Amino acid sequence: MEKYLILNTLNFPILSLLLVIPVVGAVIAMFMRGDTLLKFWGLAVTLVTALVSLPLWTNFDTSTAKYQFVELRHWFPALDLNYVVGVDGISVLLVLLTTLIMPLCILCSWTYIKTRMKEFIIVTLLMETAMLGVFVSMNTVLFYIFWEGMLVPMYLIIAVWGGERKDYASIKFFLYTFAGSVFLLVAIVAMYITTGTFFIPALMDHSFGFSYQMWIFAACALGFAIKMPMFPFHTWLPAAHVEAPVAGSVILASILLKMGGYGFLRFCLPMAPAATVYCMPFLLIMSLISIVVGGYLALGQSDVKKLIAYSSVGHMGFVTLGIFLLNEAGIKGAMLQMLNHGVTTGALFILIGIIYERTHSRELSVNNKLGMFMPIYVTFLGIFSLSSLAFPGTNSFVGEFLVLYGAFDKFPVVGAFSILGAILAAAYMLRMLQKMVWDDSDGHVHHGDDHGHGDDHGGHKLFDCNFREFIQLAFLTVFVFWIGLHPQPLLHIMDTSVAHLLHQIDAGSAVQEAVHHHGEHHALLETAGAWVRNLL
Amino acid sequence: MLNTVFLPELALMLTVLVLFFMTLGKFKTGTVQAVSLLLAAISLVAAVASFGSHGDLFYNAYRVDALSQLFKIAITLGLFLVFMLGHGLTGIRRELHTEYNMFLAISAMGLVFLSSSVELLTILLSLEISSYALYVVIPFRQGQGRIHVEAGIKYVLFGAASTGLTLYGMSYVFGLAHTTYLSELAQKMPALVATQPLAVFAMIFVMTAFFYKLALFPMHFWTPDVYQGASNETAGFVATLPKVGAVLLLIRFAVVAGFDITQFTWVLAVVAVLSMTLGNMSALVQNDLKRLLAYSSIAHAGYVMLGVITANQIGMAASVFYVIAYLLMNLGCFYVIYNIAPDGENVTFDDLKGLSKRSPLLALTLLVSAFSMAGIPPTMGFTGKFMLFTGALHKGFYALVIIAVINTAVAAFYYLKMARAAYCAPESDPALPFEAIALPLGSRFLATFFIVILLAIGAMPQSLLNAAKSAISTLL
Repeated sequence: MEKYLILNTLNFPILSLLLVIPVVGAVIAMFMRGDTLLKFWGLAVTLVTALVSLPLWTNFDTSTAKYQFVELRHWFPALDLNYVVGVDGISVLLVLLTTLIMPLCILCSWTYIKTRMKEFIIVTLLMETAMLGVFVSMNTVLFYIFWEGMLVPMYLIIAVWGGERKDYASIKFFLYTFAGSVFLLVAIVAMYITTGTFFIPALMDHSFGFSYQMWIFAACALGFAIKMPMFPFHTWLPAAHVEAPVAGSVILASILLKMGGYGFLRFCLPMAPAATVYCMPFLLIMSLISIVVGGYLALGQSDVKKLIAYSSVGHMGFVTLGIFLLNEAGIKGAMLQMLNHGVTTGALFILIGIIYERTHSRELSVNNKLGMFMPIYVTFLGIFSLSSLAFPGTNSFVGEFLVLYGAFDKFPVVGAFSILGAILAAAYMLRMLQKMVWDDSDGHVHHGDDHGHGDDHGGHKLFDCNFREFIQLAFLTVFVFWIGLHPQPLLHIMDTSVAHLLHQIDAGSAVQEAVHHHGEHHALLETAGAWVRNLL
Repeated sequence: MLNTVFLPELALMLTVLVLFFMTLGKFKTGTVQAVSLLLAAISLVAAVASFGSHGDLFYNAYRVDALSQLFKIAITLGLFLVFMLGHGLTGIRRELHTEYNMFLAISAMGLVFLSSSVELLTILLSLEISSYALYVVIPFRQGQGRIHVEAGIKYVLFGAASTGLTLYGMSYVFGLAHTTYLSELAQKMPALVATQPLAVFAMIFVMTAFFYKLALFPMHFWTPDVYQGASNETAGFVATLPKVGAVLLLIRFAVVAGFDITQFTWVLAVVAVLSMTLGNMSALVQNDLKRLLAYSSIAHAGYVMLGVITANQIGMAASVFYVIAYLLMNLGCFYVIYNIAPDGENVTFDDLKGLSKRSPLLALTLLVSAFSMAGIPPTMGFTGKFMLFTGALHKGFYALVIIAVINTAVAAFYYLKMARAAYCAPESDPALPFEAIALPLGSRFLATFFIVILLAIGAMPQSLLNAAKSAISTLL
């Protein structure tokens, strides 16, 4: 065990506290009355969680790839099943992202959620625990429990507080992700039976046979590709995004989608390295399709939320692209892209929530000429839209640049195709920006001559951002420019872990290479693989 | 020293006797229920007290071991919960309330006998004690037309036919092995099962009556009609307790048939796969909640069989764990159904709408029970499925597990539909009755019990699973 982990040296159990605080907060919230009190309570709990998580940043040891802040307790010794949580360079940033985004989810729901405030706070807090649990679990069963447990609160968030087609969207979300992840369970149990352990680092060290790896890879990758979501499994996302309340969209975009990428990095790559190398061309092509299809679909949307949802498919395509390039720049870029997408798309959904509260519409044709009425809002919209299309100086630029660098370094053709995605991103984001800020060509909501009156817009009163909204957006803006101009600290945190991961893949696939050439050949896959490699 | 070997049986006999004498007089429902609950509680305590005792009684035809005692606790607990959830007996004819409780107690007593029976004729006798009582009880329903008569007749006919087939099978087993004692059969049958098709045939037929009790394909036809026709509280009993007993006997017979993978295993595997697939597919389109639960129980029977055919310690222990989880989560659902229907009528999805407004506690109970049946962590249903899959993969049944997993994903849809109906009512539909459902204190207590136990054992399965494992180890 010692070679995998460093026990928590802080004088308090930081990761367990992160998991427990929201649950305790939710239990206490059950006995509270009054919406205002509940809102402040939810905010306080999420803020305390965020504060508690900060030592993960300051005390993180970047010199080692081992898991840190580890806590280990016996849970179910008969099966060698322990409660063991820890973070490494790959998960620590996602934990921090989660704890920092959650207070914003409460803030952006302040007036958006009008019914059942108590239940909303409870469910959101439970959601936070489940999401943090996914990122800190060092044990496959614990991981799976949080992974699946998360579906229930997310389902409720969409199904209870969602829009018109919430029934359809919530069920689709649930079934899609559930169907994907039950195979993950089979993989987890199968690996346990072969190795006798559920401990993730030990499983990473275990060298499975090639065809076994292929099965493991397929079972895991299906679940993660759906969560990601990767073309052609992306169809649940626009439905869920559009119908979810604003907090639900923010959680989905900022944190939930990251779990797919995290899963690939945590399970597929290190546990099935030979299969990963083998399947790489297919996944790269799927990523390219995600990027292009996501971009094209986003270009045709008139509903802003749908537009952003499809843009997420494209952005996540960049993440899987980076991951499956299997080089340092690619993986680092992918991880940075995950964080960037969390910040930028989260902010864009908050912005959509703000405008929806004012005009009760998400149509581009209704929400136009906002520049005239809401200057602060439009400023933020501009910043985050530019960040979303990876404008130099913003956060996404760094991530996308790294991924593209990795791509050109390894497969120039892939790089060339993904440039297409970047261009599409510019096209749809600028189209959205132009329509929302200036456009008055779509006549039907028009108010022609009353431009001078300020805040009357198609019958709706348009107020600019209030202090609460300003704070949320300003907070995220800081990250846009901080990551955009000075990404070094973040990259530095990943350094050792990413190097270790690449080492694991090289070592694992090298062992298999030797075995494989003597072993069985999968004729069909082999031919297809060779064809794809030639193409690249 | 107090001899605890026969304690639960004595306590249940006492229950039956007291209730029998009460049928001779006239008592209020409240009194009957209070007495029944008290006696059921005493039986439960007796079962718990006798946990850990061992012994062979009645010329070795009756064995008290860890496994039988664990099941006795489950059965008496189930009886207690059924008495508690049907607190007003609103679905039962007024004049038959005492008799109703008596027959349920007799049936539970038969099941407790069944848990310890290790000889073919004793098994048959115990089985019939528990079945006959239920045959009588199903038509006790009031005020829903003649639907309960149909249910009663179907239950009797299928029951009688399957018992006949079991007897037929037993005659072959006796002819092949010249004994009716399971312990002796266990030494002779594995060799026969491995070589003679006739032995496989005989073992399958012996199991038929338990397939029927468990509602396993192809003996599942009665399930939807009986669930629908029986009153809500009766359906709660029929859906749970006999299945607990059936699983125990199936485990005992699986041990008799041997631990190797033979033709017998594959017959059962096919039955299990068909059962879960057919159950889940049919459940998708149901509108009546009890019919839905009936089809879901057919599917669950298939999952449980996964552990039985595994025939190793972890698989069988998983079956034990799963059937106890099944008992609790199903009773949780029936508890909700009973409380939604004040006059004992059947409940459809439309009646569920707006439940979270009418009674948040009932809605939460339904949510937890439904998610547990769907197998979503951290509930008992998840832990049970997880153990079942682990056991089956240990034995190398990859294809079976993958089919089961696909089934789990399909089943999630209709369990989710239940949760959705309870939580997502159209907010302002004036046609819906939004009067709150008032629950008595005991009933609220019961709801909390279901929620807490399904989550707590789901997260900390250690003690129950260890009990199941050590109980199974006595068989191996």
